[in-house]
Amino acid sequence: MPDQRLLLLVLVLPFLGSIFATFLTSGGRDRASVLAAGTALIGAIIVALFYPAVSAGLVMRYELEWLPSLGLNLVLRLDGFTWLFSELVLIIGVLVALYARYYMSPEDPVPRFFSFLLAFMGSMLGIVLSGNLIQIAFFWEMTSLFSFLLIGYWHHQQSARDGARIALVVTGFGGVAMLVGFLLLGRMAGSYDLDEVLLAGEVIRTHDLYKPTLILILLGAFTKSAQVPFHFWLPHAMAAPTPVSAYLHSATMVKAGIFLLTLLWPVLSGTESWYLIVTSVGLMTLLVGAWVAIFQQDLKGLLAYSTISHLGLITLLLGLSTPLAAVAAIFHIINHATFKASLFMAAGIIDHEAGTRDLRKLSGLVHFMPITATLAMVAAAAMAGVPLLNGFLSKEMFLAEVLEGHRGTLVDLSLPFLATLASAFSVLYSIRFIHQSFFGPPPTELETIPKEAPRWMRLPIEILVLACLLVGIIPALTIGPFLATAARAVLGDNTPQYSLAIWHGFTMPLLMSTIAFVSGLAFYVWLKKPLNDAQASPIIGRMKGRHTFEMVMFFIVETARSLGRTIGTNRLQPQLRLLILMGLLAGIAPFLLFGYPGKIAPPTALNPAFAILWTLAGGAAVAAAWQAKFHRLGALVLVGVAGLATCITFIWISAPDLGLTQLLIETVTLVLLLLGLRWLPKRQADVYATPPSFFVHLRRSSDFLIAAFGGIGIAALSYAMMTRPLRPDGISTYFLENAYAKAGGINVVNVLLVDFRGFDTLGEITVLAIVALTVFALLRRFRPAPESMEIPEQQRHQNAFDYEREERELGDTLAHFMYIPRVIIEWMFPVILTFALYLLLRGHDLPGGGFVAGITASIALLALYIADGTRSVELRLHVRPIRWISFGLLAAIGTGLGAWLFGYPFLTSHFSYLSLPVIGKIPIASALLFDIGVFAVVVGTTALILTALAHQSIRQPKVPRTGHKPKETV
Amino acid sequence: MEAVLALAIGVLTASGLWLLFRPRTFQLILGLSLLSYAVNMFIVASGRLRLNAPPIIGKNPAATDPTLYADPLPQALVLTAIVISFATTALLLVVLLAKRGLTGTDHVDGKDGKE
Repeated sequence: MPDQRLLLLVLVLPFLGSIFATFLTSGGRDRASVLAAGTALIGAIIVALFYPAVSAGLVMRYELEWLPSLGLNLVLRLDGFTWLFSELVLIIGVLVALYARYYMSPEDPVPRFFSFLLAFMGSMLGIVLSGNLIQIAFFWEMTSLFSFLLIGYWHHQQSARDGARIALVVTGFGGVAMLVGFLLLGRMAGSYDLDEVLLAGEVIRTHDLYKPTLILILLGAFTKSAQVPFHFWLPHAMAAPTPVSAYLHSATMVKAGIFLLTLLWPVLSGTESWYLIVTSVGLMTLLVGAWVAIFQQDLKGLLAYSTISHLGLITLLLGLSTPLAAVAAIFHIINHATFKASLFMAAGIIDHEAGTRDLRKLSGLVHFMPITATLAMVAAAAMAGVPLLNGFLSKEMFLAEVLEGHRGTLVDLSLPFLATLASAFSVLYSIRFIHQSFFGPPPTELETIPKEAPRWMRLPIEILVLACLLVGIIPALTIGPFLATAARAVLGDNTPQYSLAIWHGFTMPLLMSTIAFVSGLAFYVWLKKPLNDAQASPIIGRMKGRHTFEMVMFFIVETARSLGRTIGTNRLQPQLRLLILMGLLAGIAPFLLFGYPGKIAPPTALNPAFAILWTLAGGAAVAAAWQAKFHRLGALVLVGVAGLATCITFIWISAPDLGLTQLLIETVTLVLLLLGLRWLPKRQADVYATPPSFFVHLRRSSDFLIAAFGGIGIAALSYAMMTRPLRPDGISTYFLENAYAKAGGINVVNVLLVDFRGFDTLGEITVLAIVALTVFALLRRFRPAPESMEIPEQQRHQNAFDYEREERELGDTLAHFMYIPRVIIEWMFPVILTFALYLLLRGHDLPGGGFVAGITASIALLALYIADGTRSVELRLHVRPIRWISFGLLAAIGTGLGAWLFGYPFLTSHFSYLSLPVIGKIPIASALLFDIGVFAVVVGTTALILTALAHQSIRQPKVPRTGHKPKETV
Repeated sequence: MEAVLALAIGVLTASGLWLLFRPRTFQLILGLSLLSYAVNMFIVASGRLRLNAPPIIGKNPAATDPTLYADPLPQALVLTAIVISFATTALLLVVLLAKRGLTGTDHVDGKDGKE
C-alpha cells in the first residue's frame, strides 16, 4: 500500500506547478503545457497506485494537525468514489493541457493560462480529496475564483469579463450558502470530519435542522452544477478559451456540485424533501437544457445547454434516492465527462480551422477534416445515447430507473414520458450538431479554407473517443471494476446488483430509446430549416436568466449605495463623534446594569506633590486642548508638560522603564512635530471677527459634553479598577517567579520583552520598520503647499543681513548660527552614544534595554542634526537608517531561528555565565542578541523618519518667491 | 493617590477627546497624543498602584515574593505601545502633511468647511 502522505503530494503538486508556470516567459508555450500535462500525469499515476487499496474497500486518510483545539484538521481522504473522480480530473486535465498547447495562440500570455489551469485543477482535487467539510468549502471557493480567472482569461473581451463575473457571483453565492449548510451539518453530526458525518446520516435526517441544511447545501450544489434556475451562468462562461470549457464543463467545475450531491448522498438522500427538490430541479434542468440546446446557433452554446441538460439528468438520478439510480448517476458522470470533453475539443478545432462556430455558416466540413469529423460523430452519438457507446449504457440505466416510480406523485407518473421527451431532444440536437457542421455542401461563408487539425491536437479527442467506444462495447472489462469500487464506496452495504451488459433483451427502456431516436430524427428532418432561422428558443426563451441577474445585482448595488448616502458619511468628525459616543454608551451600560460592586481595597496614601503635579499637568492638558488651533507651538509645549507628568507618574508608580522610555519618546516626538509644523498653513484668529453661528455653538457644546462625559467615565472606571484588589492568580506571578530562573534577568519588564513575549516584540519592531519605510516612501513624493515653500522668516533676516554687507557672503550668518551649542553637542555625541550602549547592555537587569537605548542613540544623532544642520552632518557622517533596520530585523529573526539549530522552538532564549579574566563571571543571554536587533531597528526607524522629514526643508523650492536669489537652506 | 491618578487620566482623556473632534489636523495629532498618555497610564494602572516596588527582582528565585513587586506585564505592554505610538504619530503627521500639500487645506476632510 502506498504511503498515505502521497495524497498530500497529489494535492500540492498542481499548486506548485501553478506557481512555477508563472515564472515561465510569455513565449514558453511548450514548456508550460509540458509542465501542466506532466504535473497532472504524475498526479494521475500516484492516485493510480492507491487503486488496490481502495478497491479492497479501504479508505485512505492522511491527517495534519491544523486547529486541533477546534476539532479541525487538514484531512485528505480517498475512497473508491473519490478515487474515480480524482482520476477523471487528472486524466482529462492531462488531455486538456495537451490540447491547449495547440489551441492557444502564441500571442496569448500562455504561461498564465496554464498557471490558472493548474491552480484550478489543484482546487478541484482539493474538493475531491478533502475529508473535512470546512476544507471542502475552502477548495470550493478556490474553484470559483480560479474559474473566474480562467473564464475571464481573454479579459480584453467584454463577454469574457461578463461571463467570468456572472459565474463568480452565482457560484460564490452558492458557496456561501453551502458553507452555512456545512456548519449546520457539522453541528448535527458533531464533527466536520467527513467520515464521521457519513456515519451520522440517521441522526441528521431526523434532525430539526435537516431541511434548512439541505436547502443551503443544495443551493451550493445547484449553483455550481448550473441547475435551473441558476443555469444561466454556464452559457456565458463559453466566452472562455475552448480548453477551459472542455475542462470546466466536462470533468470539473460543474461536476463539483454533482460530486457533492453524490458524496453526501448517503447522508442526505432518501427523505421526502430530498426527493421532491432534487428530482424536480433535475427534471426541469434536463428538459430546459435539452430544449434550449436545440435552438442554439453557436456550437459551444449548443454544447453548453446540452451540458446543463446532462447535469440535470444526473441530478434527477440522484434525487430518485434508489441505490441503482445512484450507480447510474456515477456511471453517467464518467460517460458525460468523456464525450463532452471530446465534443468541446472538436468544437474548438472547428472554430480554430473554420474561423466560426456559427452552425448556420458551417457545412460539409467532413471533406476538409475527415478524422475530426469522425471523432466528433462518435462522441455526439455517445451523447445521443446510440448503442455500443458509453452514453447508451448510462442512458438505459436512467430510463430503467425512471420507470421504477413507487411514490405515485405527479412527478413520478410523468417521469417516463418526460425522460423520453428529453432523450428525443438530445437526439435532435446531437444530429443537428453533426449534420449541420460536417455534412451538406462545402461551406460558402467562411473566410479561410478549413483543414485537418494537427496530429497532437487530435490525440486527446482520439483517446477520449476510444474510451467512449471501449466502455460502450466491453463495459464489464473496462469501466466495470472501477464503477463497482466507486459505487460500493458511496452505497456501502446497499450496493445493488446491476448489469453492465449491452443487450438486456426487448425491454421498456429500449423501447423508450427507440422512440426517442425515431422522433428525434424525424423532428430534425422536419424542422431543419426553421431551426436555422430561430433567434431564441420558444417558450423558455422568454426567461432571461441574465436579465434577472443583472436586475438583482443592480438592485443590491443601488440599495447599498443609497443606504451609504443616507446613513453614512465620508466626513471624519461625525464618524469620530459616533464612534466615541458608542464607546461611551458601551462603557456606561454595565455600570447602570450592575452598579458599582466589588470590595474596595484600602487606597494608597496621597502624596501632596503628586496632587500638585497633576493639577499643573491637567491644567496644561486643558489649555493645550483650548489653544491648539491658533497657538500650535504653545499647545505643543503644553502637551509636553502633560507628557512629562506622565513620565514622572510612571516612575512614581514603580515603572522606571516606562518613565525612561516616555521621557525619550517625548523628546523625539517633540522634534518630529516641530519639523511638521513648518508645513502647516498659518492661521490667524479671524474667526472671531464674525460671531460663530448657532450650529457651530451647538456642535462645540455637544463635543464638549461628549468629551467631558468621556473623561468622567474613564476617571470613574480607572478609580473603580484601581481600588479593587488584583486577582492573586494572575499570570504576572509566573513571570516574576521565573524571570531569573528561566531567563537569567532580574529586570522583569525587559525579560518579558526580549524573552517571554519575544515574539510580540518581533512583531512590534516589524511594525516599526514598516511604518518607517512608509513614512519615507510618502515623503519622497511629498508636495508641500506653495505658501509653505518660502524660506523661514529667521533665515530671511539672516540672509538680508549678509546681503547688506560687502564683506559677508550670503549664508555666513546662518553658518555661524548656534556655534557654541554645536561645539558642545559634537563633543557630547560620543558620550550619549556610549550611554546608549550602557543602557542596552544593562537592560536585562536594570531599567534600559533595546527600545530605550535605541531612542537614546537616535537622540544623539538628532541633536547633531539640529545643531550642525542636515547638510553639514551628512557631509561627514553616513547614517544609513535602512541598513540599521535590516540588520536589526535580521539579528532578531536570526536569534529566533538560532533556537531551531538546538532543537528548541522559535525564539527560545539561552543564557549562561561567561568567565572573563579581571571582570569575573558575567551572564550572557541570547536575549541580548535579540535586544541588539531591537536597538538597531529603533535607531534606524527613528533616524529614517526624522531625517526624511528634515530633508524636506533642504529641498530646492521650485519657484523662488522671496525676491532673493534662491539659496539652499542649510 | 488612586483618586488623583484617576482624575488625571480623566482630564487627559477629556482634553484628548475634545481635540479629536476638532477640524484641524494638528489638533487631531495633539488629541491623539493626550489620549495615548491617558490610555498608557490606564493600562499600567490595571496592575494597581505600587510605590517603590519596581519589578526588578533579586537573584534568588526561591526568595522572590511576587507580592513585593509591581505588576510587570502591563508595563511591558505599555513600553512597546509608547514606542509604536511615536511611529504612528509620525505616520499620521506625514499623511496629514501630504494631504495638506495635495488639497491645500489642513482640514481633516480635505475641504475647508466652516469649522
